[in-house]
Amino acid sequence: MHIVDRRLNPGSKSFANRQRFLRRAKDMVEKAVREASKDRAIGDLESPGEISIPSEGTREPTFRHTQGSRRDLVLPGNKDYVEGDLIERPQGEGEGDGAGGQVGRGDGQEDAFRFILTRDEFLSIFLDDLELPDLAKRRVAQTEKEGLRRAGFTTTGTPANLALHRTLQTSLSRRIALKRPKQQAVDELERNIEAAELRDAAEAERLRGELKTLQQKRARISYLDPIDLRYRRFERFPKPVTQAVMFCLMDVSGSMTEHMKDLAKRFFMLLHVFLTRRYKRVEIVFIRHTDRAGEVDEETFFRSAETGGTMVSSALQEMARIIRERYDPGVWNIYAAQASDGDNLSSDNPQTRELLQNHILPLCQYFAYVEVSGPNSDTHGYAPHHGQTSLWITYASLQKESEKFQMRRVSRREHIYSVFRQLFQRRAAKTAEAN
Amino acid sequence: MRGELLFEGKDWDFETIQRIHDAVATIAHKELGLDTFANQIEVITAEQMLDAYASTGMPLFYKHWSFGKRFAQHEGIYRMGLQGLAYEIVINADPCISYIMEENSATMQTLVIAHAAFGHNHFFKHNYQFRQWTDPEGILDYLSFAKTYIANCEERYGHAEVERLLDAAHALMPQGIDRYPRKRPMNLQLEEKREQDRKEERERLYDDLWRTVPGRARGSRQLASDKRRALLGLPQENILYFLEKVAPRLKPWQREVLRIVRLIAQYFYPQQQTKVMNEGCATYCHYRLLGRLHETGQIGDGSFLEFLTSHTNATRQPFYDSPSYSGINPYALGFDMMRDIERIVREPTEEDRYWFPEIAGTGDEMEVLRHVWANYRDDSFIAQFLSPRLIRNWRLFHVVDDREHPHLEVAAIHNERGYRDLRRSLAAQYEVGGYAPDIQVVDVDLAGNRKLVLHHRVRDGKMLELANASMVLGHLANLWGYEVLLQEIDATSEQVLKEHMVRPEHG
Repeated sequence: MHIVDRRLNPGSKSFANRQRFLRRAKDMVEKAVREASKDRAIGDLESPGEISIPSEGTREPTFRHTQGSRRDLVLPGNKDYVEGDLIERPQGEGEGDGAGGQVGRGDGQEDAFRFILTRDEFLSIFLDDLELPDLAKRRVAQTEKEGLRRAGFTTTGTPANLALHRTLQTSLSRRIALKRPKQQAVDELERNIEAAELRDAAEAERLRGELKTLQQKRARISYLDPIDLRYRRFERFPKPVTQAVMFCLMDVSGSMTEHMKDLAKRFFMLLHVFLTRRYKRVEIVFIRHTDRAGEVDEETFFRSAETGGTMVSSALQEMARIIRERYDPGVWNIYAAQASDGDNLSSDNPQTRELLQNHILPLCQYFAYVEVSGPNSDTHGYAPHHGQTSLWITYASLQKESEKFQMRRVSRREHIYSVFRQLFQRRAAKTAEAN
Repeated sequence: MRGELLFEGKDWDFETIQRIHDAVATIAHKELGLDTFANQIEVITAEQMLDAYASTGMPLFYKHWSFGKRFAQHEGIYRMGLQGLAYEIVINADPCISYIMEENSATMQTLVIAHAAFGHNHFFKHNYQFRQWTDPEGILDYLSFAKTYIANCEERYGHAEVERLLDAAHALMPQGIDRYPRKRPMNLQLEEKREQDRKEERERLYDDLWRTVPGRARGSRQLASDKRRALLGLPQENILYFLEKVAPRLKPWQREVLRIVRLIAQYFYPQQQTKVMNEGCATYCHYRLLGRLHETGQIGDGSFLEFLTSHTNATRQPFYDSPSYSGINPYALGFDMMRDIERIVREPTEEDRYWFPEIAGTGDEMEVLRHVWANYRDDSFIAQFLSPRLIRNWRLFHVVDDREHPHLEVAAIHNERGYRDLRRSLAAQYEVGGYAPDIQVVDVDLAGNRKLVLHHRVRDGKMLELANASMVLGHLANLWGYEVLLQEIDATSEQVLKEHMVRPEHG
């Protein structure tokens, strides 16, 4: 008998089959992932997920019989039937299919089943669905500034980069190694010659010869040789932008429906994924407002509704305050997305515009305004619709002025991504041109 | 003759396994007269068990998404705790490979070794179905060849192409089995060599000049229908075999892949037909073996109780009206029948003597059982050995569900009048023809439009389930490359009940 320990080479054999299955069930998995991401907190999007896939779509067909006109069942556990008894046809069919069912088991069960995706699988499917990776990559390439950093010394370079200190060090060690006579020695010899000339001409002559040798040697071994030259070497390296904060601003006055909040949440989620791919650390600040604004947690932000007037400027003021207190624009990359149904107190509009233009935008990398509307309004994108909201009109002029500010409308879930893309891609395209 | 305990507590190491194996082997070979292939026991993790499960229990298998799906399904069920893993998988190979999971307690390892490494192992080695259709020496090499071959195809022809082909082949897998032996016995070791030779031959014969030789004028005479059918070996129930040999549009590598799927299907065919007997044999063996180990003091009382709990769970048969009823449990039926044979051999009643004159009271139950294990399959086994006593114990009854009647009718119960009926009806449920649709290739118009004609012989109005059938036929048409017509024909009246016509997707 032979015992083999297979645990030693676990090499997950299932991996390749799993990949094939995911590829096969792509559509269903994508749908399931979309569904699953609905109930997640924004920051949780990247944790591994359990999804449920209907096995219907990945069915493996074989020829099978229908029930036919006559079935014979042999069942165990008869209590009081006798031969010839008639039994009511049971309602739930398919019960007690006897041995035939046993044999065919395995592909006979076609229920939905749960599938646990790893974080990477989940995210890549979430993003794949959204075609975000390309976009993200391009953006990352642009924002990761190339830095230069010192990387030792080199023997070639431009005069501007000459490393004087290092060059002289090298020269000194060469001079020592080759025993180049020092100036002091020459000076001393000259003094000795002067002294000797007075007393002993022969001695002076000998010393003069010595001096000559010394000077010849000095001439041969130069003070600074081309091989001593050292230049500072610089190396290019990508300089990642390390932290970002994302402001989620939302109008929660009574007019914002659950549907609108859902749209907003999806938008924020995308923004969050986008930013986490780009920065090491992303913080989220939730600010909701009616006619007053306040910072809240995510739960409150999306779940609760308030009533009252709407003053968008209050949220902007709150944002400006939080930036002042916690996020130094010199250190933080600041992003904001504002979601609103566009309904603002008309007297507040000039102030809102002024705040955004002069105080917020200069601090932000990007500010996106998403106007959400009911599922039945089919406007999305930039297409102006009939009832332009007061906020829309207020903001419209800003968009022309600043590339940092973009606005879009969205009314249905499936449009979120395209809107997101428009908002971010357009700017990316322009920066690309500028480069 | 009380021996020393083989182990104490739950823990085990390789030495323990060796001791257990040797102790079990002594009893199995000397006392029960089992004759087995050499054993190889492999320790694996739960994940590896799921893995093996997903790829039909085989240690190496080619890659396909359906195994990923199966893995996910099993994993889901396992994680939810609905079901423990089967504690054993055993491979019909020589040496016979049994997997044991690292999480199992020493008692469970003993159970698995007794069950798989001796019970199943003996059955594989002796049952005529396995002897006829499987090649334990060649299987692992063949699977390894198949895996590499398909991986190479993926590399050369692309994943999608290979996946389409495998999907189609899998759909036809139940129709890729020879149910009756043909001339050639199974020898998988030669398979790889055959493919290699064929490849070399092709390379040797390859001569580009042939391409420029004008083709022969097409034979205008059409073969007489009968002659043609005879040439093609029609009617043919093994559709995969037929496609491999005759399908005009398949490339050589595609034929080879069909062949791989077909040979593997054939390899598993005996397992389908002997489920009750095979599990019955293994369960009966482990029951005897562990009982004996306990008797001889080689396993403690605690272990024995642990074993009994598992054993009882595995051989539980809920009654039809219990919520946990899901058909007849092959472990329970098999085990009870083996025990029943033991009883008939040792302590027959008058009834047993009447029903089983050949074996009643002969005294050596192992001799009888070894004979039974070697020479029957589920349907013939039940038809021969289901005793009135067992029918009464199980309180079996036969219900006829005829669509034309408003009620179900009880046709037989466990009484004098019912025994024969029950035995026959239960055996019929295990007949090969009972669950696999009888579909045959009957004709093909090779000179004309190349339409392939198949017949499904319908019994008891069991037509093909439409959604599945049209998917499978789609696959079939793609492999064939031309139109496919499937006629459903009533087996008694020869009337055509329904026709399905499918065209291939491309071309």
